[in-house]
Amino acid sequence: MGPLVPFIFSNEFNLIIALIAGIGFGFTLEQAGFSSTKKLVGLFYGYDFTVLKVFFTAGVTAMIGVVLLAHFGLLDLSLIYINPTFLKSALVGGAIMGLGFIIGGFCPGTSVCAASIGKLDGLAFVFGSALGVMVFVEGYPLFEKIYLADAWGPVLINEKLGMSKLVFAFLLTAFAVIAFYVTRIIENRVNGVQAKMPKEKIIIYSSAVGVAFLVLFIIAITPDSKTRLESRINRELQQKDVTSVMISPDKLANEIVNNYYKINIVDVRSPEAFKAYHLPFAINIPLEKMSAREWKTILKQKHKANYFYADNQQDAKKAYLFAVDLGNADNYILSESAVGFKKMFTDLVPPAENAGKNEQNIYNFRRKAATDMATLVEALKNSTQPVVAKTTKIKGGC
Amino acid sequence: MKPSKYMNPYMAGFLLGLVLLGTIYVTGRGLGASGAVKSVTLAAVVDVAPQHAANTPYIKSYTEEHPGGPLKDWLVFEVIGVVIGAFFSGVLSNRAGIKLERGPNITNRTRIIAAIIGGALFGLGSQLGRGCTSGAALSGMAVMSFGGIITMLAIFGSGYAFAWFFRKLWLK
Repeated sequence: MGPLVPFIFSNEFNLIIALIAGIGFGFTLEQAGFSSTKKLVGLFYGYDFTVLKVFFTAGVTAMIGVVLLAHFGLLDLSLIYINPTFLKSALVGGAIMGLGFIIGGFCPGTSVCAASIGKLDGLAFVFGSALGVMVFVEGYPLFEKIYLADAWGPVLINEKLGMSKLVFAFLLTAFAVIAFYVTRIIENRVNGVQAKMPKEKIIIYSSAVGVAFLVLFIIAITPDSKTRLESRINRELQQKDVTSVMISPDKLANEIVNNYYKINIVDVRSPEAFKAYHLPFAINIPLEKMSAREWKTILKQKHKANYFYADNQQDAKKAYLFAVDLGNADNYILSESAVGFKKMFTDLVPPAENAGKNEQNIYNFRRKAATDMATLVEALKNSTQPVVAKTTKIKGGC
Repeated sequence: MKPSKYMNPYMAGFLLGLVLLGTIYVTGRGLGASGAVKSVTLAAVVDVAPQHAANTPYIKSYTEEHPGGPLKDWLVFEVIGVVIGAFFSGVLSNRAGIKLERGPNITNRTRIIAAIIGGALFGLGSQLGRGCTSGAALSGMAVMSFGGIITMLAIFGSGYAFAWFFRKLWLK
């Protein structure tokens, strides 16, 4: 599941990826003609809309791709970098950039491309942008107020407009197609040509647009990966027989005392309930948070068995099925609730005087297990905290 | 040899979109450009005038955020890639070579001065906008960032608003 950095690729290797991404970026920009200042400003005078065509096609392609990958559970959108919104700063900065665009004829990325193939005006623009950055850095106290005003955080435009990602993707794609059509008419009028598009091209363009909408349509009619997982687990909840993986509290207590380092005891109740009471060495993964990426490494350990418990069998079973779905580890369900376990060990009551031998034995076993567990917990207080894989937000931006 | 024709813009856009999508999938972040200019500029300041850099709070906090030095930055490596990719493309299409492109009615000198001024404005604006056309507008659009799309509208809106005043730089 993406993003692959830093889970699969290290942050160091990420720099190599940056280089590769840059090569692709520079190559396509140059191939599109973005190293030519005349082509770029054509956008503003209506004689060449290449910038709009390339820009919108790229944006829509990547956007649909992001929605598609997220839909099928291949990309975790909660981790990717979303440019934060600082409204005033964005508007003022954007306006200054627009002015810079029309005077200088480039934007930073395109000027680098131009300079790379030997355009001196591109080089001058790059030099100028370094000066501009210096102005900002040296004059930062002057800009600070506007720079930090209206900090809205990583707001998404679809949320702001009150629609789903899919609806926004659909609207933007439609908007792009209309823009392509209209700008073509303008372009032809400004350049005084009456070019008719060849039939072949019309077919290719229409099918490309068709594919874009088809992808959006498929996303719309298929359930997303989370819903699919949920319904699969709910189905299994009805059908699957789990008696073979049910573990009695006595057996679990025995495991804790003898093999505590080989097992994960997972409390899937709420954090509050966990805080009030939990089994020795238990970690808390609330049921609704089990799909979060940070728990995956814990639930998937090959050499550790997972023991799930909750307040009711239903929740514990659900957690069990979820872990089975992740694969690798051996998973078990505690046949008692948290309260039941507590009654049997922590709040252990001695049997009546006339109790049978068997009852007396059980009592002795549980009392010893309870003491042993308490001793172990005390002894390992500091070393048994699970190491949670950090899911830091990815830094990005220009 | 005559330079080859540019790629079909929609095809180029599609490929660029795939590069961007791949970058987001692998690294969780989009493409950019102005950030690299910033890193290199600040690295130069730290190198040339360390005293001054230490006394400027903004540079100080920036260098603290980049323990490996401002040049060990994702965008710096990415822009090195851009240089390589663009050069390769230019050579492949016979477009590489020392050249200066300008509007028909201005001198080379005016063009260079305008490019420097425009670059300076873009450099300043990209800091306020927290990204330029690539980092804020394009990458922002791909992940549906409100700020990114607002920045994009501001850039192009302002470009159109000022286009008439600077038409002499570009048109006949």
